[in-house]
Amino acid sequence: MQKLLLLGDEAIAQGAIDAGLSGIYAYPGTPSTEITEYVMHSKEAKSGKVVASWGANEKTAMEAALGMSYAGKRAMVCMKHVGLNVAADAFVNSAITGANGGLIVVAADDPSMHSSQNEQDSRFYGKFALIPILEPGNQQEAYDMVHYGFDLSEKYGIPVMLRITTRLAHSRSGVALKESRTQNEIRLPENLRQFILLPANARRQYKHLLTNQAAFISASETSPFNKLTDHKDKSIGIIACGLAYNYLVENFAGHEVPHPVLRIGQYPLPEKMVRDLYDSCDSLLVLEDGYPIAEELIRGFMNNGKPVKGRLDGTVPRDGELNPNIVARALGLADTRGRDIPAIVSSRPPSLCKGCPHIYSYNALNEALASLSKGRVFSDIGCYTLGALEPFDAINSCVDMGASITMAKGAADAGLVPAVAVIGDSTFTHSGMTGLLDAVISKSPITVMILDNATTAMTGGQNSAAVGKIEDICLAIGVEKEHIRILNPLQKHHEENLRIMMEEIAYPGVSVVIPRRECIQTAARRLREEKKKQETSKAEA
Amino acid sequence: MKKDIILAGVGGQGILSIAATIGTAALSTGLFLKQAEVHGMSQRGGDVQSNLRISDREIASDLIPQGKADMIISVEPMESLRYLPMLSPDGWLVTNTKPYINIRNYPEMDKLMAEIEAQPRHIALDADEIARQMGSPKSANMVILGAASPFLDIEYSSLQDAIRSIFRKKGDDVIQVNLDALEAGRNFTTGKLNSRT
Repeated sequence: MQKLLLLGDEAIAQGAIDAGLSGIYAYPGTPSTEITEYVMHSKEAKSGKVVASWGANEKTAMEAALGMSYAGKRAMVCMKHVGLNVAADAFVNSAITGANGGLIVVAADDPSMHSSQNEQDSRFYGKFALIPILEPGNQQEAYDMVHYGFDLSEKYGIPVMLRITTRLAHSRSGVALKESRTQNEIRLPENLRQFILLPANARRQYKHLLTNQAAFISASETSPFNKLTDHKDKSIGIIACGLAYNYLVENFAGHEVPHPVLRIGQYPLPEKMVRDLYDSCDSLLVLEDGYPIAEELIRGFMNNGKPVKGRLDGTVPRDGELNPNIVARALGLADTRGRDIPAIVSSRPPSLCKGCPHIYSYNALNEALASLSKGRVFSDIGCYTLGALEPFDAINSCVDMGASITMAKGAADAGLVPAVAVIGDSTFTHSGMTGLLDAVISKSPITVMILDNATTAMTGGQNSAAVGKIEDICLAIGVEKEHIRILNPLQKHHEENLRIMMEEIAYPGVSVVIPRRECIQTAARRLREEKKKQETSKAEA
Repeated sequence: MKKDIILAGVGGQGILSIAATIGTAALSTGLFLKQAEVHGMSQRGGDVQSNLRISDREIASDLIPQGKADMIISVEPMESLRYLPMLSPDGWLVTNTKPYINIRNYPEMDKLMAEIEAQPRHIALDADEIARQMGSPKSANMVILGAASPFLDIEYSSLQDAIRSIFRKKGDDVIQVNLDALEAGRNFTTGKLNSRT
C-alpha cells in the first residue's frame, strides 16, 4: 500500500483525484487554499484533464461546481468558512436542486482565528441547508471521506459538505491511497426541470429534501465514521467530534479511554447512538472544535435531562480551538502546562515584507490625509490589512471582502467627506466591483485605492482575476477617465504619488487611484523560475 | 520511542526545512509522524511554530500537549522562549542566538540571553556566525539541526541521508555544505555536553 506524507488539505485533493473528480473550483482562502493548488500541480489530474480553477469569488466557484454536477460529473468546491457566506446563496439552493454528479463542498473553518475575521462554524451551514456533513478526524479520514462523500452525494442526489479546521488542513501525516477510479461520463439529470427553482418546482424539490432527512440520519447511524465504544466508567459519556477525538485519546496516552465514547465524523447526528450513550451514562461531555452545535442540540432549550457539559456550561472555553490540555481540564485531569513565557518576550505580529509596494502606498496616503481628522480610511482583506499595525496605523476597518468601498460610500453618505477605500486587486474583482457601481451611481465623494500587486498575495500568490483589467472595469462601471490614476509605489516617486493622491482625495466624486507594482514575493518567485528555465534550456542546448 | 518537538522561528526563516529533514529521516526508519504547520498571515514576519511529533506508535493529536514537548528547536533566541509552556520539565531548549529584530520593542540582548542561560537544559549557539565562517551563510538552519541532533533519538546517518535526499536535485556541493553545517552544529553540542561531565 502506497503511503504519502500529506497535509489534510492535500489528502482531500488526492482523495478527490483518486475518487474520479472532474472539476475543482475555489477562491483562495486560508486554510483551504492548498486543496486546489495540489490539484493544479498534480500530474494525474493534468493527464485526466481535471479542471482546476480559481473563481472570481466563492459564489462563482460554487456555481461552476454545481454546473459540473448538473452535467453528471464529480465536482468539488473549496473555500474558507467566511467564503461560504459569499457562496451561501448558491450553496443553500444547491441543496434544493440537489446534485447530479457527486458534489462536495469543502468548508475550512478557522477556530482561534489564526487567519480570519471570525470563527464561525460551517456545520451550521450544512445543517441550515439540510445536507449531510462529513468531518474528518485525521489526514487518512480526510482522504477516505472524499471517496465516501462522492458516493453519498450520488446515492441521494445531494451536495455533501466536508468540514475541516485549520489544524487538520495544515498538519501532515501518512496517508494510504486507494485505487483510483474513472471520472463520470457527461450525463444530464433525468428530469431536466430538476434545477429550475421556480416556486412550484422548488416546493416539490424541497419536500423531497425534507423526506430525505430520515435517510441522512440513518446513513449517519451506520456510517463508518461514527462509532460508539463502550467502557466501564459511566459517570460520564463523551461525544467527540472530528479532531476532538484525538485530543481525548492523547490524554490517555496509549491506554483506553475509561469512559464510553461516541466518535462523530458524519452529520446529521446519529440520534440513536446519541440516545444510547445518554441512556447508559450519568452525564455527557461534548467535545467539538468550533461552536457548540452538537451540545446545543443534545442539551435543548429546557436543559432538564442529565447534565450535558461542554462549551455552554464553561467546562470547555466558549471560544477558540481545542487542544489536548483543554480536553484534560474538561476531564478533570492534571494540567501539564510547562513554565510560563518570560515577561521579556514581546509579541511579534506579522508585517509587510521589506520592499512591499503597500509600504509606499500607505506612506503616501498617511501624508495625503495628515491635515484631516483621523478615522476615514476603510480597508479590506489582504496583506494590506497589516496597514492597521505600526508603523502605519493607516486604516480604520477590515470587515469582509469588498466592504472597504461600500463602507466608505455609507460613511460619505453620513457626512464623512472625504472617505477613502483601500482594497487589493484580487479583492476588488472578488467583491469590490459591485460596490464601486453603487458609489458611481450615487456620485459618492470617495477615493478608492486599488492596490494592484497583480496577485492574491496573502494566500501565497495565486493568480488574480484582476490582472490587466482594472482600468477597463472602472471605466465600464462609470468612473471618469481623468479620475483613474496609476502610480508606481516606490520611494523615489513619493512626491508625485502624494500629489496625485491629494488631488483625487480633493475631488468631490468617485476617484480611483491604482498604485501598481508586482508583489515582491511573486516577483522573486517568477525570477527564480525564469532563471531555472534558462539554466535547463542552456543545459539541454 | 517518542519525540515531540516544537520548531520555532519567525515567518520566512524557513523552520520547515528543519522539519522536512527530521521528517524524512523519521519516515525512512519507519516511524509515525505528525507535523502541524503555520500557513497564512503569520508567515509575513510573525512568530511561527511547528509541532513535529515522531513516534514508533500511532500518534493521536496533531498538537503536542503543553508541558510534554521533549525539545524546542528555535532559529531565533526570543522565539525559543515563547514556547516554554510547551516544554516538558526535563526537555531541551536548542536555540540560535542570532536575533531577528523586526519589532520595536525587541528585548535587550543580555537580558534575553540571561533568560536562555537560566533554562536548566539548553544549547545556545550563533548558528549564523558558524555558517558564515564555513562560507555558507544560508545553512544556519542545518547548524541548528545538527546542534539538536544528539537529543533526537534518530541515527545521525539517517539525518545525513535525509539531507542527501532533500538536496539531491541541487547537486553534490550543496549537499556537502549542508552536511558540514549539520556536523558543525553537532560538534558544538557534543563539545558542550563533554565539558559538563
